[in-house]
Amino acid sequence: MAVTVSIPTILRTHTGGEKSVDAKGGTLAEVIDDLEANHGGIKGRLVKDGNLHRFVNVYVNDEDVRFAGGLEATVADGDNVTILPAVAGG
Amino acid sequence: MLSIGRDLVDAILAHARRDHPDEACGVIAGPEGSDRPVRMIEMINAERSPTFYRFDSSEQLKVWREMDAADEEPVVIYHSHTATEAYPSRTDISYASEPNAHYVLVSTREPDSHEFRSYRILDGVVTEEDVSIVE
Repeated sequence: MAVTVSIPTILRTHTGGEKSVDAKGGTLAEVIDDLEANHGGIKGRLVKDGNLHRFVNVYVNDEDVRFAGGLEATVADGDNVTILPAVAGG
Repeated sequence: MLSIGRDLVDAILAHARRDHPDEACGVIAGPEGSDRPVRMIEMINAERSPTFYRFDSSEQLKVWREMDAADEEPVVIYHSHTATEAYPSRTDISYASEPNAHYVLVSTREPDSHEFRSYRILDGVVTEEDVSIVE
């Protein structure tokens, strides 16, 4: 399954400045592993202790994956995966 | 230095006062690379809390896509502190991840006066900067 992944400014150091890259996988976890294979270091910014890092929001198409299975969320051919930094604080 | 219109400063302060005692938050978009805040978007504080804020993730996706389509970027990301000074908290610093943004904090702890301050936050390092208000 080929998907397009939108990369936020803060992570573009891992993609040579690219705003959007292609990746493969049937679940979000597989997509992230494929990203890591081509853009080393990115996985550590997205995943911590086997879960999505609280500092990022990840969407498959328009849906926040936190409400759709997290790393086990399924992705289909042609889906758009968007990564945004969570904006939060105290 | 942050250079920002008086109308936008007033709009941020009005938003912060309106949501007090909960924290208010939002973003001001501007043309990519311009460092010029132009279009203010009040965001929902999904935490609705006097001590925390978090952009609602669905609203954020919508707003970030609109900015992307208009070749804009978040020039200012603002929020209020309602009982403490306008200085980034430890949580603010850990979440800060827009390298091009000015992080604006306002405090509404005093009913008759306000603080309006701006920071760069990069890799956990906070640098306060001057604010130039353009009439």
